Amino acid sequence: MDLNLSDEQKLLRESAERFVAESYDAEHRRKMANDPLGFSPAVWKQFAELGWLALPLPEEFGGLGGGAVDIGILMEAFGRGLVSEPYVATVVLGAALIARCGTSEQKQASLPKVADGSLKLALAHSERAARFDLAKVTTSANKTGQGWRLSGSKIAVLDGHAADEIIVSAHIHDHRGPSGRIGLFLVQATTSGLVISEYPRLGGGRACNIELFDAHLPEDALLGDGSDAVPAIEWAIDRAMAALGAEAVGIMQTLLDTTLDYTKIRKQFGRPLSANQVIRHRLADMAMQVDEARSMALRAALKADSAPIERARAASGAKAKIGKCARFVGEQSIQLHGGMGVTEELEVGAYFKRLVAFDTLFGGSAHHYARHAELSRRAISA
Amino acid sequence: MDLSFNAEERAFQSEVRGFIAKNLTEEMKRATALTPSVFSDPDIGMAWQRALHAQGWGAPGWPVEYGGPDWTPAQRWIFETECARAGVPNVNVMGVKMVGPVIIGFGSPEQKNFYLPRILSGEDYWCQGYSEPGSGSDLSSLKTRAVRDGDDYIINGTKIWTTHAHHANRMFALVRTSDGARQQDGISFVLIDMKTPGITIRPILTIGGDHEVNQVFFDDVRVPVANRVGEEGKGWTYGKYLLEFERGAGIASAKLREGLKAIADLAESDLTGRAIDSPDIATRIAEVEVDIDALEMTELRVLSALQTGQNPGAVSSILKLRNSEIRQAVTRLGADVIGHDALAVEPMRPLYRLNHEPATPEEMLTVMPEYLNGRAYTIFGGTSEIQRDIIAKMMLGI
Repeated sequence: MDLNLSDEQKLLRESAERFVAESYDAEHRRKMANDPLGFSPAVWKQFAELGWLALPLPEEFGGLGGGAVDIGILMEAFGRGLVSEPYVATVVLGAALIARCGTSEQKQASLPKVADGSLKLALAHSERAARFDLAKVTTSANKTGQGWRLSGSKIAVLDGHAADEIIVSAHIHDHRGPSGRIGLFLVQATTSGLVISEYPRLGGGRACNIELFDAHLPEDALLGDGSDAVPAIEWAIDRAMAALGAEAVGIMQTLLDTTLDYTKIRKQFGRPLSANQVIRHRLADMAMQVDEARSMALRAALKADSAPIERARAASGAKAKIGKCARFVGEQSIQLHGGMGVTEELEVGAYFKRLVAFDTLFGGSAHHYARHAELSRRAISA
Repeated sequence: MDLSFNAEERAFQSEVRGFIAKNLTEEMKRATALTPSVFSDPDIGMAWQRALHAQGWGAPGWPVEYGGPDWTPAQRWIFETECARAGVPNVNVMGVKMVGPVIIGFGSPEQKNFYLPRILSGEDYWCQGYSEPGSGSDLSSLKTRAVRDGDDYIINGTKIWTTHAHHANRMFALVRTSDGARQQDGISFVLIDMKTPGITIRPILTIGGDHEVNQVFFDDVRVPVANRVGEEGKGWTYGKYLLEFERGAGIASAKLREGLKAIADLAESDLTGRAIDSPDIATRIAEVEVDIDALEMTELRVLSALQTGQNPGAVSSILKLRNSEIRQAVTRLGADVIGHDALAVEPMRPLYRLNHEPATPEEMLTVMPEYLNGRAYTIFGGTSEIQRDIIAKMMLGI
């Protein structure tokens, strides 16, 4: 039992924190907020050079073989600077699914390119009618003589606008009709019949809804052997929630630091705000919740490779708890900044919005407490 | 980073399990499960302390030279976790965990030789004389006075919330020996024989129906000056040292988990008409469980830091706060889970030796007393408000 960072992990944290502190300032964030791409290709190239895109990928395909804890270290630093590069979409979701489900040809074709920064990915899984149910997919993939034809709609595709390839989940229909299996399909962004409607995402970056109108895909667009991909999707999203949880911790820490500084210099009634016990206790509660969130993000990362129920409970527990902490810390940061906190003139709002996006993504606290309860029942009956 | 235990630690874990299997009697287990106050009654608690002592495990936190087992933080974690899982008695901490470290840190060689073995063996049973009716959170305003008379102090005043004073043969107390410039000055730390003439004890019943705490009165009580620990007037420093022990000593998550499990078992039982089938109850159980997961992880992070010699700092206040709040959440959940059975009051104690059939099933007997008594968790050992002050000051620098 040892929860101390290894020397490599300390170096990773230092370099990530240094990068964010030096290159990711308020001016950069403002520029990115108005940028049509929403992030900087130059920064993406730096990520590749620093080895961050290769970090969790398998070594035989150009990766560094890192784990969920390493991703968490990186993501917490990203959170501090509100980084908007499509790291989760490409590396944590996209590349992970290819690494887990793909054939060796598919892995060889994609993963080294992810590592060197030349291939960006996205996952299109959520559908409006499914809400947060990961097993519910109505998008269909019909087998044809030449390959596949995909039809359906997906929402909340993170960074789909920037992806070279989008991984689309679809219900596989073979010549006998619906198979009951969900497959993952690699869809080139240029595929005809694929319509991408992008929008600015709450809290920075972009996302899109996509529609597939009988899009023709080659035979080998299906990832792997076509066995049901729902367990892999759950696995990838659990890991993404751990990573996003770590990012939320970084965001919360920055909000706490900023709010603390502000309450020390802002004077009302002739004394700093922080001289009031009600303010000090609020800040103590915020600090406590940041710390609890940090524990939960680490826990989810440490259990990211555990057996499915244990992994999923840790991920849902983290998502629910960090989401609750994030709302509190975010809302109180605005409250303690007073009227200025509600304006776009300070960055508090931008950080807060990213936290709200975190809480919403893949289901909020209520959903994940319920999932946790359901998983506990399954664990007992198993 | 690694959450799992190594081979050595797993071997220690089986050793602890073996020890518990051999020494924890059914009677001790049942008595512990049916005790709705913080600590086990002395007959139960001290039986367990004697078993621990015989094994050389009587004082896990003490240095080896005084009889400590020289465990690593991970071993302490394993020990506490296994004890919680098995439901071992809750030994009153006033001896081993409270006065012991102060005597070790600041006592004379004579005091160490005399008191420490008697704490380890359970021969002495200690209580703590800190709070007074007029001095709660503002402890250093205490007024119980010790006036020097030859080789004795003559003590007059009163102490309150004295856990197990009615069982104890010794008390460690903070008393005022002079009036300094600051109210923290002039306080001394003394060890008092509870059989000394002039001491009277008034029982205080808590709202759950338990007699665990007392008020103690001192009327011209003579205590040898030799019973003072450390220097005269420096008692506040020693007492504060001890309070840090009181807050930081806990590896609490394992016990909370067992407490929640008992409630969850009730919720899944026909005794409560399967309360768990209400989505509200199921979600609240999940919510508390996740809070325990977070606390456990923080405890493990602190432990890992300790293992490499880092000082965890004000995080002990976070641990105290969260432990007490989660404990209350568990007991609140329990009170809701048992439904109408919450109405039945069982006034007799101890609950494990009732000579009549109680109105509710035995599994529920402690639920309401624990909920009611449990309100004290956010009050004793420094209220939640005081802990927030400490976090603001020590962690945030405001």
